[in-house]
Amino acid sequence: MTDSFPRIEPLGTAALLVRFAGRLDDAANRACTAFRAALEARGLAGVVETASSLGSVLVRFDGDATALRDALERMLGEADWAAQPAPPHKVWDIPCSYGGTDGPQLEETAEMAGLTPAQAVEALSETRVRVLALGFAPGMPYLGILPEEWDLPRQTGLTPKVPEGALVLAVRQFVLFGTEAPTGWRQVGRTLFGCLDVARPTPIALTPGDEVRFVSVSPEVLREGAAADPHRHGGARWEEVA
Amino acid sequence: MSAGIEILSCGPLVTVQDDGRPGWLSRGLARGGAADARARAEARALLGGDPGAGIESPGSPLRLRLQIEATLAFTGAEMRVEAEGRAVPWHGAVSFPAGTVLTLRPTARGSYAYIHVAGGIQTEPVLGARAAHLIANLGRPLAAGDVLPVAASRHAARRLKETPDRFEGGVLRVVDTPQTRLFPQEERARFAETAFTRDPRGNRQGVRLTCDGPGFQTEGGLSLLSDFVLPGDLQMTGDGTPYILGPECQTTGGYPRIASVIPADLPRALQAPPGAELRFRFIPVEEARTLADPLPKTEPLVRAPGDDPDLLIRQLIGGVVSARGEME
Repeated sequence: MTDSFPRIEPLGTAALLVRFAGRLDDAANRACTAFRAALEARGLAGVVETASSLGSVLVRFDGDATALRDALERMLGEADWAAQPAPPHKVWDIPCSYGGTDGPQLEETAEMAGLTPAQAVEALSETRVRVLALGFAPGMPYLGILPEEWDLPRQTGLTPKVPEGALVLAVRQFVLFGTEAPTGWRQVGRTLFGCLDVARPTPIALTPGDEVRFVSVSPEVLREGAAADPHRHGGARWEEVA
Repeated sequence: MSAGIEILSCGPLVTVQDDGRPGWLSRGLARGGAADARARAEARALLGGDPGAGIESPGSPLRLRLQIEATLAFTGAEMRVEAEGRAVPWHGAVSFPAGTVLTLRPTARGSYAYIHVAGGIQTEPVLGARAAHLIANLGRPLAAGDVLPVAASRHAARRLKETPDRFEGGVLRVVDTPQTRLFPQEERARFAETAFTRDPRGNRQGVRLTCDGPGFQTEGGLSLLSDFVLPGDLQMTGDGTPYILGPECQTTGGYPRIASVIPADLPRALQAPPGAELRFRFIPVEEARTLADPLPKTEPLVRAPGDDPDLLIRQLIGGVVSARGEME
C-alpha cells in the first residue's frame, strides 16, 4: 500500500475520507482541523457532513462522488494545510484536582515519566493541549500532544471503572472521560467537567481544535467551583480566539 | 400527561427510535436511530407519510394499551400480535379503537420489530431527535407505566405487497474499507468464502459473528491510529473475531475493518437472528452507489364493501384474513 499523505479514500458508499497521517502527528492533526474548517466555510455541493479525527477528515456526501473527489483534490493542492493558522476556537482553563483519591495513579505515572509527583502536576497543569478528536463517548476529548516523557504505554490490565470527569493519560495524550467507564489509561486527576449535557445551550462543550489547560486546584476548590457552575463545566472558564 | 400508548409491560431494551441524529460525528456522537431503516420505509409506506418516531423491540415481548383510537404499523422482525384476543397480521397497518390492549410476542424471525403509529410518537426531542441512544446516555428503555403521547388516527388498513425476506441472514454485499488492503489477499479470500454464524451476543452497538477456523488478522498485527467507523463495518477485534457494527457504534475506532456492509443490505445484516448464517460478497463501491433500495409497495388489507369500521378486527377472529389483495 502507498504511504503518501494526504490521500482520499472511500468510506462506505456515502463518505470520503481525507487522510493526513497514518500515525499520531501534531502537524497532521492541525491540518485536519484547518481542512475541515475550510470545507465547512466552502460549502461544496453535495457535502452533508464533515468531521475531523486524529488524522483524517470525513466528508459525508449525497450525489456525485467523482466530482466531490476532484473538488477535494483541488482543495488539498491549494495550501499547506498543516501550516494554516488555527481556525476560530476556544481556549479553556478546566480546574483539575491531581493525585490523591482524585488521581490515584499520579505517583506511578510521574515515576514512569521520571518526575516527582509535584513536578508532574506542575508540568501537566501548565501544558496547553489541543482537542485532537472527540469520540468513545459523545463529546469526550482526546487531547495532546504531550511532550515525549509522557509517551507511556497503556496498562496491561484495565482499571475497572473511572468516574465521569476523570483525567487519564497514556501515549502522549489525555482523555477526559465523558462517562463512567473501564480504561487502560492511568488516572492522574479529576475534573467535574461534563462533556455532554443536553440541558446546556451548547450540549457538547468541546470541539476539535480547542485548546485546554487542566489547571491544578485543591479537591475543595474543584468541588466548590463545580457547585457554583450552572452549566456543569466544572468551574471551567474559556475565551474565544478568532 | 397527554393520552397515547400506555406500556402495560415490556421486556428489556425496548426503545423509541426514529432516524437518529445525523450531523454530530465531529462531536463524537453516532447517528443512532432504528437498526432497520427498511422497516421505517415500510412503516412510511403503510401509514402514507412520515412515520415519525416508533417503538423498536429487540425481540422483547410487550403489552400496550391504546388510550385513543390509533392506526399502528407493524414492520421488521415478525411478532405475534393479539388485540383483545384476536390475531393481527404483521407487515401491515391496522386501526384499533380506544381502549384496545395489544399483546406482542417475538418469533424467531428477525431481531428488531417496529411498531409505528400514524403521526408518530410525540415524546420530547433531545438533540433534534426522539431516538433513545443508550450508549450515549440519551433516553432510556421503555418500562411498564410509560405513556407515549400520540395523536388519534384512523387510516385504512394496508399491508406490504411482498413479505420481506431479510430476517434469516443470507448473503451481504460489502465494499472495501480503508483497512481492507491491510489484510493479506489470502485472508480476504478466506473471509469471502467463509460462512459466518450470527452469535447470540449482539446489541445496537454491534453483532458478534462466529466461524470455523482462525480469526482474521492484518499483516504484522498493525497498531492503527483511531479513525472513523460506520454502521455496517466489519471490525476485527484483537483476536480476529468479526463484529458487524450497529447504529450505536462509536464514531471512531482503532480495530481494522475488513469490509463494510452496503446500506441496502444493512437491515438484513442487523435483522439476522442468533444462529442465522451470513456470507459476504465484495462489490466495487461504484456499483454499490448505484443500488437504490426500491420503495416498499403496499395494498389494502381487504374487507368487503359496506363493512362497518370494526369489521377488520372481527374478520381477524381466528386469524382469518383474505390473502387476495386485488379488491380495492
